[in-house]
Amino acid sequence: MTASLPSSPWAGRLRGLGAALFSLAATLLGLLFVTFIIGRVVPIDPVLAIVGERATEAQIAATRTALGLDQPLWQQFLIFVGNALQGDLGTSIRTGEPVLQAVSRAFPATLELATLATIIGVLAGVPAGVLAATRPGSLADHIVRLVGLMGYSMPVFWLGLIGLLLFYGVLGWVGGPGRLDAAFDMMYEFEVTPVSGMILIDTALAGRWDMFVNAISHLILPAGLLGYVSMAYISRMTRSFMMNELGQEYITTARVKGMPEWRVIWVHAMRNVLVPLITVIALSYAYLLEGSVLTETIFAWPGLGSYITDALMVNDMPAVLGGTVVVGVAFVLLNLLSDLLYRLVDPRAR
Amino acid sequence: MFLETNLRRSGVAACAALMLATAPAALLAATPPETLVIADAIDDIVSLDPQEAYEFSGLDVVNNVYDGLVELDPATPGAPVPGLAESWSVSEDGMTFTFKMKSGITFSSGNPVTAEDAAFSLQRAVKLNKSPAFILNQFGWTAENVEEMVKADGDTVVLKTDKAYAPTFLYNCLTAGVASVVDKATVMANEVNGDLGNEWLKTNSAGTGAFILKSYKPNEGYLLEARAGHWRGDAKLKSVFMRHVPEAATQRLLLEKGDIDIARELTPVDIEGIKGNADLKVQADVGGQVFYLSFNQKNENYKNQKFLEAMRWGIDYQGLADTVLKGNMVVHQAFLPKGYLGALDDMPYTLDVEKAKALLAESGVTDPTLVLDVRNASDRMEMAQSIQNTFGQIGIKVELNIGEGAEQLKRYRARQHDATLQSWGPDYPDPHTNAGSFAWNDNNADDASTGTLAWRNSYDPGALNDITAAAVMEGDAAKRKAMYEDLQTQHRETSPFIVMFQIGYNSAMRNNVAGFYTGGAIDSAAYWLVTK
Repeated sequence: MTASLPSSPWAGRLRGLGAALFSLAATLLGLLFVTFIIGRVVPIDPVLAIVGERATEAQIAATRTALGLDQPLWQQFLIFVGNALQGDLGTSIRTGEPVLQAVSRAFPATLELATLATIIGVLAGVPAGVLAATRPGSLADHIVRLVGLMGYSMPVFWLGLIGLLLFYGVLGWVGGPGRLDAAFDMMYEFEVTPVSGMILIDTALAGRWDMFVNAISHLILPAGLLGYVSMAYISRMTRSFMMNELGQEYITTARVKGMPEWRVIWVHAMRNVLVPLITVIALSYAYLLEGSVLTETIFAWPGLGSYITDALMVNDMPAVLGGTVVVGVAFVLLNLLSDLLYRLVDPRAR
Repeated sequence: MFLETNLRRSGVAACAALMLATAPAALLAATPPETLVIADAIDDIVSLDPQEAYEFSGLDVVNNVYDGLVELDPATPGAPVPGLAESWSVSEDGMTFTFKMKSGITFSSGNPVTAEDAAFSLQRAVKLNKSPAFILNQFGWTAENVEEMVKADGDTVVLKTDKAYAPTFLYNCLTAGVASVVDKATVMANEVNGDLGNEWLKTNSAGTGAFILKSYKPNEGYLLEARAGHWRGDAKLKSVFMRHVPEAATQRLLLEKGDIDIARELTPVDIEGIKGNADLKVQADVGGQVFYLSFNQKNENYKNQKFLEAMRWGIDYQGLADTVLKGNMVVHQAFLPKGYLGALDDMPYTLDVEKAKALLAESGVTDPTLVLDVRNASDRMEMAQSIQNTFGQIGIKVELNIGEGAEQLKRYRARQHDATLQSWGPDYPDPHTNAGSFAWNDNNADDASTGTLAWRNSYDPGALNDITAAAVMEGDAAKRKAMYEDLQTQHRETSPFIVMFQIGYNSAMRNNVAGFYTGGAIDSAAYWLVTK
């Protein structure tokens, strides 16, 4: 009988990492494949969309060759994946701009908006959910549920327009559509070095506090709006998770032991609520990162959502594919992050 | 209670902090004094290289950043005037044109403008062979021969053509953006892999215009900066900032708040909505696009003149223009848009159901049914529904085939449609642009590569072919104009086309803005005259 080698904990971790990386690669490849196929089977000829109404048959054929659309489908896919791996997402058919360049400009705009919205959503949604859960049936509970219901059911673009009309149009409390006032927007490109592409961070690094404040005034309304929608989701989920926990025996035990109520809720119950809640928050964040198309359109926000939609409208497949890949990567990374956090808060998952 | 109080306190504090932080910013809501701020949807821009740009928004930039040998002037819309050339002449045989350059004009780089730059630019357009190159190809210029046909000679540029075309045809085509003069030295210094500087010029400028392109970000906006010493006189404002704002309601809000000076994409509803606002005004204008119905003559019914005539009296032109299309379209019943040489302003046809019924009876066509292809855009579908309704009153049944634009176009180009509702925008500022498509088809075979609108509808214009061909060669400008008028009159009475509308544009602006010229149907926007 030979003694088996004790497996090192590092080997296990490496295996875990390997598995994670493999599933990441597989997910991305699958994403690329599905998007690519959808882009090719739609009955719209991308060449016709580019060359326009006047082109001759010869020009159409030349464009088809130039775009590689005359190659077999699988070959087109392999070329696309090969280039993507080298960081080349192709060139937008419509604007002639490299997709990576366009996306790296659009994505930070969306990231800035989505991050702030998620922070607002969490800061408002979690306490509201807890409040409702601890006093079920009370006035506070009804208000939280009503506000949540409204956030769920009202169309975002409508809320956006009304919000703009009220806070920008009538009250003048916030900046209008766009990321900055025209006066600052003109200067921004020449006076602020882009580091992150996120205006709040870049202006702060450059010490341009006038622009920073102006950017906040433009960001606060769309972020507040998306934050409200995200709050509606988070507060509902928090409420239901918390109510579930508060009915458990360990809570009764804690209360019987005379523990202060805030400690029972925010320390004991919250630790367990946090586990599923992290997934909820990550999902909501990922959803916002896809770029909320209507909000971006109304607020003239040059983010990823408007980029992909504009590209879709003219069947600009390299742009659509490139944008989708970035969204996909963000989604997968967020999932990974929520997995890691999950392990951190839940000892059983370690 | 503890929690609630805390929440309330922190909520109030957060709100107060927010309001404080944003209040000073909100006070800034006015555009910078020396800058014209415009909101428009500019996602149609493909390139800002003048020899490639071929979309409305791109040509607006080109018009302000570049000049050509011959120019259009906002003061005399439609008439070619000297640009970078001070004078020109045409040889006896009508095939050699000599342009004498103005002296003392410089590019934004400081380089003087020479005849060599002008010749290079025209050669460059032909060699690059981008979308608008065909405008110059019409004169027999090809990548192989263009260096022979277009030459600099001292301070003159000599242009040879393969036939004796109407001189006005050449002059009009030279006012198009594709014939803009670029700074050869600067452009060639930025050449990569023999692209004649195309990649660089897509987002940079090297022209003589009143402005230079300071920055351009696709789908976000562009910034133009005025340069001193422009030959037309310096621009009145220091810069122009264009912001890409796709949503009309958003443009309107920005305008009402004074965060922009001009909004170019408002809907008729928005235009109606701002009428009561004393701070704003609306400037109505027409564009070059015409909307028409056409019928594929593979179906013999559409060769029946009485039947075609019946349909011409069966459309509620004015009713549509006054209601659903209000502010978007004006009634127009000939293929040359208002603003073009020889355009017809009269409107002989109105909705007359009785007359149309009588004509239908005379035609001998019984129980006609037509399938009308319509793009899935709201204004087109509304037009189509109205036509379906009024044709129904006459006794012509209409089935609507609504579909995506590119697919409808594919059917149309392949002559697979029965009837179609389409639009057509002119390609360059000469009447031949539309005549050569609506009234020209010299090979009506299915496998011909003609591709004109006449061909797509299997329509053989017969004698109108000859008028079209003669008009583009006519040396006398007045005679030429009369020929286009005659051509359009015959065309609208005999062809399977019913031209119904010309597109209208409303630019809404702050009251203090003056001198904004949109270019109308024939030209592009001019920013250098704007004051505020």
